[in-house]
Amino acid sequence: MTVRQMLSGNEAIARGMWEAGVVVASAYPGTPSTEILENFARYPNVYAEWAPNEKVALDVAIGAAYAGRRALAAMKHVGLNVAADSLMYASMTGAEAGLVIVSADDPAMHSSQNEQDNRTYARFARIPCLEPSDSQEAKDLTVVAFELSEQFDTPVLLRVTTRICHSASPVELGERCERSSQTSPFPRNPAKYVMVPSNALRRHPVMEERIRAIADYAETFPYNRIELRDRSLGIITAGVAYQYTREVFPDASVLKLGMTWPLPEGLIRRFAASVDRLIVLEELDPFIEDVVKRMGIPCQGKDIFPLTGELDPYVVRLSAIQAGLLSDAAVPSIPTLEGDPLPARPPVLCPGCPHRPTFYVLNKLKVPVNGDIGCYTLGLVPPLSAIHTCGCMGAGIAVAHGAVQAGSPERHVAVIGDSTFFHTGIPALINVVYNQSPVVTVILDNRTTGMTGHQPNPGTGHTLQDKPAPTIEIEPLVRACGVKQVRTLSAFDVTGIEKTLKEYLQLNEPSVLIVQEPCALLPEARERWQPLEVNLAQCNGCTLCFRIGCPAILKSDELDEKTGRPKAQIDPNLCTGCELCAQICPRHAIPFRLDSIFLREAA
Amino acid sequence: MNVPLNFLLCGVGGQGIVLASDVLVAVGLLAGLNAKQAEVHGMSQRGGSVVSHVRWGREIYSPIVGWGEADVFIAFEKLEALRNLRFLRPSGLALISTQALEPLTVISGGQVYPDDSRLRAAFAQLTPHAHYLDAESIAAEVGNVRAVNTVLLGALSALLEANSRFAAWAPAPEIWLQVIAERVPSRHLDLNRQAFQAGRNAIAGPR
Repeated sequence: MTVRQMLSGNEAIARGMWEAGVVVASAYPGTPSTEILENFARYPNVYAEWAPNEKVALDVAIGAAYAGRRALAAMKHVGLNVAADSLMYASMTGAEAGLVIVSADDPAMHSSQNEQDNRTYARFARIPCLEPSDSQEAKDLTVVAFELSEQFDTPVLLRVTTRICHSASPVELGERCERSSQTSPFPRNPAKYVMVPSNALRRHPVMEERIRAIADYAETFPYNRIELRDRSLGIITAGVAYQYTREVFPDASVLKLGMTWPLPEGLIRRFAASVDRLIVLEELDPFIEDVVKRMGIPCQGKDIFPLTGELDPYVVRLSAIQAGLLSDAAVPSIPTLEGDPLPARPPVLCPGCPHRPTFYVLNKLKVPVNGDIGCYTLGLVPPLSAIHTCGCMGAGIAVAHGAVQAGSPERHVAVIGDSTFFHTGIPALINVVYNQSPVVTVILDNRTTGMTGHQPNPGTGHTLQDKPAPTIEIEPLVRACGVKQVRTLSAFDVTGIEKTLKEYLQLNEPSVLIVQEPCALLPEARERWQPLEVNLAQCNGCTLCFRIGCPAILKSDELDEKTGRPKAQIDPNLCTGCELCAQICPRHAIPFRLDSIFLREAA
Repeated sequence: MNVPLNFLLCGVGGQGIVLASDVLVAVGLLAGLNAKQAEVHGMSQRGGSVVSHVRWGREIYSPIVGWGEADVFIAFEKLEALRNLRFLRPSGLALISTQALEPLTVISGGQVYPDDSRLRAAFAQLTPHAHYLDAESIAAEVGNVRAVNTVLLGALSALLEANSRFAAWAPAPEIWLQVIAERVPSRHLDLNRQAFQAGRNAIAGPR
């Protein structure tokens, strides 16, 4: 009997990796890709690691594939920008065993800074791109990717999107294909693996010939299939857009592409000839559409469906109605809400978040803050409002340096998390030291990779597969980069943080403040949770504690007699007892944890 | 059952919506149906609005439910119920937990949390099948407010049985409990069993 299990796309890719006999996998966490490695790491007899960044992860996978082992690197779409250098040389060299790169794209930017369409990387690097449209295909195409990689001596890009990664559907499981436990001697083949110009010149035509051969193969690739139904409308589609196509146009003929680069031009021509009207339904870029049009085949695509954001059945249906492809009757009636717009609920720093005190101080100091990628980007949300730029991993320190060198009249602060500092912050800090700018860098060390769900990193002392590891200490590392002004404080030491930042903002040299406390959601922090209470007799409704942006601090129903303003109250189910509010309350109306214990005992 | 049954779950990050939808999709599968589920992880979970989609049926394509297409709408929080109203299919089934979690835009941003009359009027206009449940108090009575999600699943199981349109879809309580047992840590199992039953009782009355 076949085993059928409900798997998310990411779980299915991990299963596919295991079934394909993958031995080595490396990644840097990033939504929506993170769970691929987390799940793969739990299979027996595999090696899985978190690398400090995506480029390192890909180089690790390449090394393993050179050594003759099936290997994979996983990352979110923007991670492939970091790893692009390695992708390009890996395409030139090929490898001794299957090499697959997973790019998890994020249309609609649920948790990303952009929504770039990484199919373009496959075309750019002359490698095939596979796109599953549900969890079953995510598993199956992962296995196929390794077969293709070895058949054509090419890296393969497995491109998924948030709705594939984080959607669950039933998957039929297969067995692991165990591969030889012996590795061959590491290849001594400089003509193939040493990309100096003389060798690279010879490899480039090989790469071009290879992608032409794969294009021929794509014509009969079993995951490229024509589904003929009503021939008045034909739709070329791939990935999750295939599901929306079937949902909204159940009667239309479909060319479903499992490989979106290179495209099977013969198959496309045959399909186009068999239908009256041809459209391409794809998320983000007109990637397939451009090729179809270049082939001289009339078709529609982005003139009907949106270029930006993600598709869903509603968007597809509405676009189709507007283009006359469907009748008005097909659109469901959408409830509308009358009255005032609803208050927004943006994501915020959690109650007890150790990043909050730093942003409270930065907001007070009114300095420009160049931020980075992580939970702490939420320091931008009012009332903290203390992040002024955020572009990509590791950018903040160098952006601050550039602004200072350009003569920005204010002192700049760069904030960066521990994991992001290891990722790409270090070279930027070295640059600040080498080229001497008085940038104040705050490293928010919460002892984990927070936003993606607590993945270990080089500072945590253990690995993805739960092995103990040396802890890379940040302060000595910063000193080794040449920074003379360095201080490490508790992230909850509001007075110390304010005093240090004021001091550092006067200096004429680089400085680094490291603020350290575990993320409030880590087990070691949870053990210490102890909610605080407001002493209503002392509170006069001054609202200062509302301005630290803590979700646990609410307006109570009790009004202060003099001011008429609501007094504060603390939700005991949310408060962790971080004491930031207790530290800043001018009337000492929120007793500290120890005081609360004494008060309770006295009562 | 040729047309899938669509569920939309909504609420605030940290309320246990992801676990509830994991259970819901697995219940569909164990009941012999096909099922799909979609949700979003990452930044949106840091106390922000959370939406999860679950579909049961013979053949299911889209993993996400379109606006106006949720046959069953489960809100863990009142403001989020209003925010996601557009997903509800008119005359669909709505189960709304009467918990209010004020966002920062209300606490410190001066915006106004919508009052109950607006919530009830908006749903009454759309469907006669809107049910309001103080799931937080029920969970607290059972012993842990964090069991709100299981209370709501219990209530949902009873509502499906009681509604003539959905009764044919309704899996037996044992199926729900089996899936819950597979998903919660064993030390919390008794609590979750009680929470599930308390949710059922709140709709159907104790047996």
